[in-house]
Amino acid sequence: MIFALILGFALLLIGIYGMLSQRNLIKIVISFSIADTGTHIIIVAIGYLRGRTAPILDKAIDIANATHKVVDPIPSALVLTAIVIGLAVTALMLSFIIELYKKKKSLSIDDYQELKW
Amino acid sequence: MIKKIFVALAIFGLFSIFLPIMINFDFHQNLSELSTQYVKGSVEDLNSQNVVTSVIVTYRGLDTLGEVTVLFLATAGIGFLLKKRKGKKRVASELLQTSSSFLSVVIIMFGIFIFSHGHLTPGGGFQGGVMIASAFLLLMLSDVNLELNHTILQFIESLSGAFYVVVGLIGLVLTIGFLNSKIIPLGEYGNLFSAGAIPLIYSFVGLKVGSELTNILDAMGGD
Repeated sequence: MIFALILGFALLLIGIYGMLSQRNLIKIVISFSIADTGTHIIIVAIGYLRGRTAPILDKAIDIANATHKVVDPIPSALVLTAIVIGLAVTALMLSFIIELYKKKKSLSIDDYQELKW
Repeated sequence: MIKKIFVALAIFGLFSIFLPIMINFDFHQNLSELSTQYVKGSVEDLNSQNVVTSVIVTYRGLDTLGEVTVLFLATAGIGFLLKKRKGKKRVASELLQTSSSFLSVVIIMFGIFIFSHGHLTPGGGFQGGVMIASAFLLLMLSDVNLELNHTILQFIESLSGAFYVVVGLIGLVLTIGFLNSKIIPLGEYGNLFSAGAIPLIYSFVGLKVGSELTNILDAMGGD
């Protein structure tokens, strides 16, 4: 699906733009999530095959001919992994932000310049 | 100003990298050779209806073990960073408390259904675990002073993680390979007790993910 591919790349670019241009830490995390979603859509779009169904081989699918009836299962498995990791990493980033806010009472990245070169 | 120009340049550079990928993208007409083997093997070799599940649990089982480890590390980091603070908060209304305690049991049961039927229906350990955590989130939202028993949560989490590795090691002892799901009789195609150790492994993953995410929600709700 070329439209899903375009949507995925657009979301990825929007997310990277947000990460580079925003000053608020929470907005940076939101941009990260948008870029994450974009990569998921790209990976799923790569595995799509026109006119085929999900790779669950129950009675509705002719099992003997299954390899011509289902989409690619590997991108789906990869995205399932990526979603869970993305969730955990987002939660970890948010808890870092909570700790930073407790230290300096500020959410702007301009106030945290200790590691800036 | 100079920063905005650099950002625009970076975005333009990425766009010019992505554009040829999009334009020249070659959509496959058939499954690749590896995917064909996975689809065939899922039916003939593993007796599992859901091909994605057999890829995740058996063919790429080591990756899933690593993923569970990453999730555990993230949970440990969050638990280390956020200490729960005690404080009296306003309690929810009785209507909300009663209905959420009734609904949370149904949601937990549905989560268990999702992870134990991961080899038959769309779903599996991760989705079922998230669903169980959502039931606990509902309880936490309706009763702000809820105290979860962390001993039991950590017990479930570490035991299910350990048993996941033990099931993998049994395959090594029987010399058929690490995390091979054929250590248990494969059963009849399409039944709940089929696909060997896949439902067992996915149940451990579901319990582990559910207790870990409940820990994350509990730590975050404390602040």
